[in-house]
Amino acid sequence: MHAIRESEPMKNPTHIEQTSDREIVITRTFNGPARLVFEAWTKPELFTRWWLPKSYGMAIVSYEMDIRTGGTYRLALQRGTAEPMVFHGKYVEVTPPSRLVWTNEESPDGPVTTVTFEEKAGKTVVVVHELHPSKEALDRNRGAEAGMPESFEQLDELLAQA
Amino acid sequence: MVQYRVDALDASFAALSDATRRGVLERLGRADASITDLAEKFDMTLTGMKKHVGVLEQAGLVTTEKVGRVRTCKLGPHRLQEVADWIDRYRQLWESRFDELDAVVEELKRKEKSDARDKRK
Repeated sequence: MHAIRESEPMKNPTHIEQTSDREIVITRTFNGPARLVFEAWTKPELFTRWWLPKSYGMAIVSYEMDIRTGGTYRLALQRGTAEPMVFHGKYVEVTPPSRLVWTNEESPDGPVTTVTFEEKAGKTVVVVHELHPSKEALDRNRGAEAGMPESFEQLDELLAQA
Repeated sequence: MVQYRVDALDASFAALSDATRRGVLERLGRADASITDLAEKFDMTLTGMKKHVGVLEQAGLVTTEKVGRVRTCKLGPHRLQEVADWIDRYRQLWESRFDELDAVVEELKRKEKSDARDKRK
């Protein structure tokens, strides 16, 4: 008999839905208890390992994250030698291991992000709610968030042509 | 151009915020239909259905053509794709994030297990 090789666990699907003209909800299950998933969201050295996917070709060049209720954060992202983009805001609520709420203050009409962690039989359902102050704010931020890497690629192309 | 695209997306999202209109799009995705057909299928007055189709038409999601006394509706060229593209790109961002988060969670689980083993020793 040969040993069973540990296979790569199946990826759980990510669901995304625009639930109103101000809110987007993202849902994903993780194969681990809530305390560990919460830890990965709230320890800066762990959070910064996954928040910016490698495929984006950008790096987190600096971060200050004081993850407690009332604390603030500041993340600087950079692509190549371009001017870094800075994201900052405040932690409105940090309740281990079930709830995390922060503001996005890089624009005056940024969303409030609420993340809930619900453990079921050793797995954790993570629900991310992004609530924008208005429909117009969501429309503006929509482009910024979703189009981020593409707009950089477009800028690269422009610079290459110059 | 950019502003035009934002306005077009706005109109698309507004048009899609209604369940009947989403149903009409789904129906037209399968086959073209007249307003009379659609009104019957959705158990609605002709006037009510005309209004819904009007909103979809303004958003560019549907085009209509009158032949004789029948107005036929069909899906518009690209707009629905544009709406789907945005949400798709955003889903891809979160998917990539979460795939990397999986790896972090796996590592924490392994670490917790080995710490527990060490304690028992």
